[in-house]
Amino acid sequence: MTLRFLRPFGVLSLCLLPAVARAQDTIPQGVRVGLTYDPSARPGVFVTAVSGLNGDSVRAMIARDLDFGDRLTIISADAGPPPTGAINYLLYAKLGAAALVQASVTPQGSLHVAVHDLAAKRVLNVGDFAFNNSAALSPAWRMVVHRASDEVERWITSTRGIAATRVIFVRDQRLWLVDSDGANLAPLGVGGIGLSPAWHPTGRYVAYAAMADDGTHIVVRDLVTGQGRRVQDIASNNFTPTFSPDGGTLVFSAGSDGTDLYAVMPFGSDEPRRVTVGRGSPTSSPTFSPDGRRIAYISGRLGHPEVYITDADGTNAELLTESSSGEQPYRANPDWSPDGRNVAFTSQEGPNLQVMMISVRDRRIRQLTGDARNEDPSWAPDGRHIVFTSTRSGAKQLWVLDTESGRTRQLTRGAGLARMAAWSPRMEQP
Amino acid sequence: MHARIRSLALVALALSAVATTACKKKPVVAPAPVKVFNQDSADAAERAKRAAADKAAADKAAAEKAAAERAAAEAAARMAAAVAAAKANFAVPVYFDYDKSDIRDDQKATLEAKIPAFQANPDMRIRVAGHTDNRGSDEYNLALGTRRAAEVKRYLVARGIAEGRIDVVSFGEERPAVAQDNEEAWAKNRRDEFEIIAGANPFKLPNK
Repeated sequence: MTLRFLRPFGVLSLCLLPAVARAQDTIPQGVRVGLTYDPSARPGVFVTAVSGLNGDSVRAMIARDLDFGDRLTIISADAGPPPTGAINYLLYAKLGAAALVQASVTPQGSLHVAVHDLAAKRVLNVGDFAFNNSAALSPAWRMVVHRASDEVERWITSTRGIAATRVIFVRDQRLWLVDSDGANLAPLGVGGIGLSPAWHPTGRYVAYAAMADDGTHIVVRDLVTGQGRRVQDIASNNFTPTFSPDGGTLVFSAGSDGTDLYAVMPFGSDEPRRVTVGRGSPTSSPTFSPDGRRIAYISGRLGHPEVYITDADGTNAELLTESSSGEQPYRANPDWSPDGRNVAFTSQEGPNLQVMMISVRDRRIRQLTGDARNEDPSWAPDGRHIVFTSTRSGAKQLWVLDTESGRTRQLTRGAGLARMAAWSPRMEQP
Repeated sequence: MHARIRSLALVALALSAVATTACKKKPVVAPAPVKVFNQDSADAAERAKRAAADKAAADKAAAEKAAAERAAAEAAARMAAAVAAAKANFAVPVYFDYDKSDIRDDQKATLEAKIPAFQANPDMRIRVAGHTDNRGSDEYNLALGTRRAAEVKRYLVARGIAEGRIDVVSFGEERPAVAQDNEEAWAKNRRDEFEIIAGANPFKLPNK
């Protein structure tokens, strides 16, 4: 459906958006558009007025979600009344739009969305998204709208959006959650200090390090029931948990003579199994490759922290971030991209930490930030956006960066230091 | 007995004074009351005298007791101060260089000074808490803090302290001693702290 849409669109839009046509005409069948996406060419989309209850909120949310996705250009023009009857394709095409999003809140309590291909002058796709009796404007209701936005993005670009996601992070040593658009900022409501939160691939559970006076332990918490459970861990020092992509293994750093990585079943009661052999050096911050076969992590075995990669069973450990002759090499906080190609990490660059990414295959490094102190990246499920901690606005806050276009936006504001962000998987229909 | 004689003499003196005045002047209309010997008064005086003596003795005893108590309290305070000083001495942190966990030569005396307290309190167990400054990665700092605490434990074990007496924890950069962003604060935050968690109540003073 998508590619059938893109081809006629490319031909017609030569006069409207030639850059788009060039970029998208060359995409072979079956390859994800996003990977060869030209960030300078974002197809124009017009979101019409939305009929039904809270239509204005729905339109604003969809337009903003598509804008934050960084793959489409929202045509900002007066929406006028919700269109009825046949769509005047030429009218919207003249505004610079390649696609039209038409939505309505139905009396039956769902969001009905149609996307029109303006070049082909036909409906590209339609979908219904049930609100499931969630209260209007509630977090659950907003997540339904975000899911619709993500489908719209998929229909138009072939890549599903990331609006229906959340970010868990630490603010003043407490765990907080925020939707990917900055809404629904709220504490998780867990007493005590919580650090280094990580998502289970289902999005239902989070693991984190709970710090007390006598030590730090790994807790897995069910976000639906609110129940927390300490996993079988090691002695007094347990940090930086991460889940395997299949959700069946939890890996964390632990130890009392330096730290190593350990693996344990997150919902079982087996003894943790040691993964790395650090021989007393500090080891932390594991992150799985998306196929679950390898783990990137930090080790200080050279006397300073660098990113290493090992097979998930601990064999074949090798240095990923080869140090140049920089005077103070320091690399930390790796996060493996969901497409498996890159590892984002933090690097000391001059006086500040900066966010970088390294290609796993050819080890080429790209610096992604340069303004103030930036650190601790976490990939969005699209493998394109990252959330990270930055001091560019003063105190530490979370920011979102589109690694393709370089566009940034501030995710958290207000009092308290925000850090240790982890971007959730897509929140599927409950 | 002397008191009674003195009373009698006073009465005699008073009588003679009255007689002398009567000779020189007209007799007074109302003669001054004459104090005559009275057994009750004498007894009262005697009782007062005895009470005064008893009180003096009691006061002396109380003063002596208070002095003794004061001395004991002072000794206890001195002891408490000495214990507090020894505990404070035991709690003196060990400091580290940036991104390092090896024990600096200038910190070894601080560690050596803790060993007598282990010897004087053989059941004492402690917790060594590793801390970092906030310049690096907060997650790696948790691992680095563990390493710093482990290095100190290793040093103490090598000096003969049983391994089981030392717990090791890390707070990374989460509990700064000085919550500021400058070289001085960072240097004070890169440290191991020492906490007595069991087996040292009362805390016995180490032998000098």
